[in-house]
Amino acid sequence: MSETFTKSMARNIFYGGSVFFFLLFLALTFASHQDFPSRDNHEALTETVAKGKRIWETHDCIGCHTLLGEGAYFAPELGNVYERFGNSTEAIKAFIKSRPVDGVPGRRSMPQFNLSDEELEQVAQFLKYASGIKTANNWPPNIKG
Amino acid sequence: MKYKSQSVAKLYFVAAIALFVGQILFGLVMGLQYVIGDFLFPEIPFNAARMVHTNLLIVWLLFGFMGSAYYLVPEESERELVAPWLAKLMFWIFLIAGAATVAGYLLVPYAKLAELTMDDLLPTMGREFLEQPTVTKLGIVVVALSFLFSIGMTILKGRKTVVTLVLLIGLTGLAVFFLFAFYNPENLVLDKYYWWWVVHLWVEGVWELILGAILAFILIKTTGVDREVIEKWLYVIIAMTLITGLIGTGHHYYWIGTPDFWQWWGSIFSAMEPIPFFMMTIFAFNMVNRRRRNHPNKAAVLWALGTAVMAFLGAGVWGFLHTLAPVNYYTHGTQITAAHGHMAFYGAYVMIVLAMISYAMPMMRGRKAANSPSSQVVEMWSFWLMTVSMVFITLFLTGAGILQTYLQRYSDQPLDFMTVQDKISLFYWLREIAGVIFLIGLVLYVVSFFVGTDDPEAVEKIEVDAETA
Ligand code: HEM
Ligand code: HEM
Ligand SMILES: [Fe+2]
Repeated sequence: MSETFTKSMARNIFYGGSVFFFLLFLALTFASHQDFPSRDNHEALTETVAKGKRIWETHDCIGCHTLLGEGAYFAPELGNVYERFGNSTEAIKAFIKSRPVDGVPGRRSMPQFNLSDEELEQVAQFLKYASGIKTANNWPPNIKG
Repeated sequence: MKYKSQSVAKLYFVAAIALFVGQILFGLVMGLQYVIGDFLFPEIPFNAARMVHTNLLIVWLLFGFMGSAYYLVPEESERELVAPWLAKLMFWIFLIAGAATVAGYLLVPYAKLAELTMDDLLPTMGREFLEQPTVTKLGIVVVALSFLFSIGMTILKGRKTVVTLVLLIGLTGLAVFFLFAFYNPENLVLDKYYWWWVVHLWVEGVWELILGAILAFILIKTTGVDREVIEKWLYVIIAMTLITGLIGTGHHYYWIGTPDFWQWWGSIFSAMEPIPFFMMTIFAFNMVNRRRRNHPNKAAVLWALGTAVMAFLGAGVWGFLHTLAPVNYYTHGTQITAAHGHMAFYGAYVMIVLAMISYAMPMMRGRKAANSPSSQVVEMWSFWLMTVSMVFITLFLTGAGILQTYLQRYSDQPLDFMTVQDKISLFYWLREIAGVIFLIGLVLYVVSFFVGTDDPEAVEKIEVDAETA
């Protein structure tokens, strides 16, 4: 690098640039918060849904599935599973409940979690809530996730 | 080794390598589960293997960073480490906490682990990469604070250099952003928004400062180039990192219920994120070309140059591939993401830690500057085996990802997720084969520590410059 560009100039760019863009990042975060209520489906965030999120978390569902495209890529996207299953929480519950304990020979299988009826309802409601989040351009591109 | 207390780094490095082996074994388990779905089911379900794989990765990289800091800081500060006993104590605490956590993942169902560790008191579990029980997370905070204390005090009391300053900023940032791991709101959009403050602001923010500082240190030591020049480069690189990378977080805010404006901010800024990685490549090659000495530790120089190239490819090129919003709309959460994640983590952070280990270990094991030539030859073989097989892992996953994106999301008759997975299984088999070669490379790496230990060490080749001779 040229001699006229000194180390202290480089240092100032680092400090000045970092501080400036961090503040800009905070400003954009603030702007995002203004927008969240219009799309985050908080109206549907009941106590059942909150408990459903705990079921989701304590069984590490994200370790196989994606949710709004984030997670693992071993099993299908679940951000829109409610719609894929015909807008039916019953269908979701029936699926989770019917997983064979020893899996399906040779196939990727989902564990049998032995959830109670209450827990099944909670996690299904959580997935319904997630499907109501308004993602930009209606992501995912189609119903397959 | 100039200072006795630098030797605590050895503990950290040995643990890092051991956990690295564990990480790869579980990677291979998952790779097989991708094609033979019921492999080890239900004993080790995929999600358990994945937690072990990714958490071991993070933990061993943290061991690697800490070891690097414990080695580098006394030398830069020109004094002994403050409280080396604390470094040793924290090592054991971290290792035991880590081992117990992994054992927990494998031995009890995850829900049981959450119950046993009373996750309900402060629920933080069950989010990708942050699956550790809350108590483990608290342990990590304690370890990080103690670590920052001994490193920070050593820096404050000794000579201050740009390398140590940048390292300290990076490590402090690492600890600060980890605190967002404790924020887990019920609102999914908020949860996801701040989850990235740990994940993205780590790998595309503060960790790059750590990477830059370690790379600069190795280059100063192995090339003999004037410190002033190297430090100027370091400042420019990390300036570009944060200028692009902070707002670049927006490339994760396209489709998770966040506002549309992120598609512009995220695309534009993250498209510039490859710049600092590219500068790192130019920097490393430039310094090696202008070297004032031929350091006898050729393996360390190879790792350092390899880091510069592979970080650019994995983070810069493979990151750019899917970072623009219109592309990411189709590739989001597919095997393209996995391809990029693998090469970026390997190229940037695995390789820099291995470069530092390569540079420092010989001295900590009683050599003057380098291992014997025979040991270095084995180490360089392991470099090529791991690096080339990682390139192939990335290429195979990219192939799988392109097909997946097309068949499941782009074509006129989109197919079900599982149907597509069956159709692209060939690529997963190829990935697994490349993974086995990676493992062979890793075994060779471990072997290199035991080869030629009784041989005399490699010596510096004095170049006769044609013009001056
Ligand atoms: C060598 C053999 C390896 C194999 C067979 C392997 C396999 C896998 C598999 C199957 C996954 C899960 C993908 C999914 O969620 O569906 C994964 C995730 C991951 N692995 Fe590996 N892996 C290997 C090596 C590595 C190495 C060397 C690194 C680090 C440099 C690494 C870092 C990661 C990361 C960061 C993830 C999470 C990726 C994401 O969330 O996008 N793996 N690996
Ligand atoms: C060393 C630096 C980097 C590392 C270690 C890294 C690692 C990763 C990992 C592990 C993921 C997957 C996260 C998840 O599981 O959801 C990811 C996602 C992503 N990365 Fe990086 N990355 C790095 C740099 C970059 C850069 C420089 C760019 C852009 C130029 C980039 C663009 C992306 C994008 C767009 C995604 C989201 C993919 C999706 O939508 O599924 N990354 N990265
Ligand atoms: Fe990112």
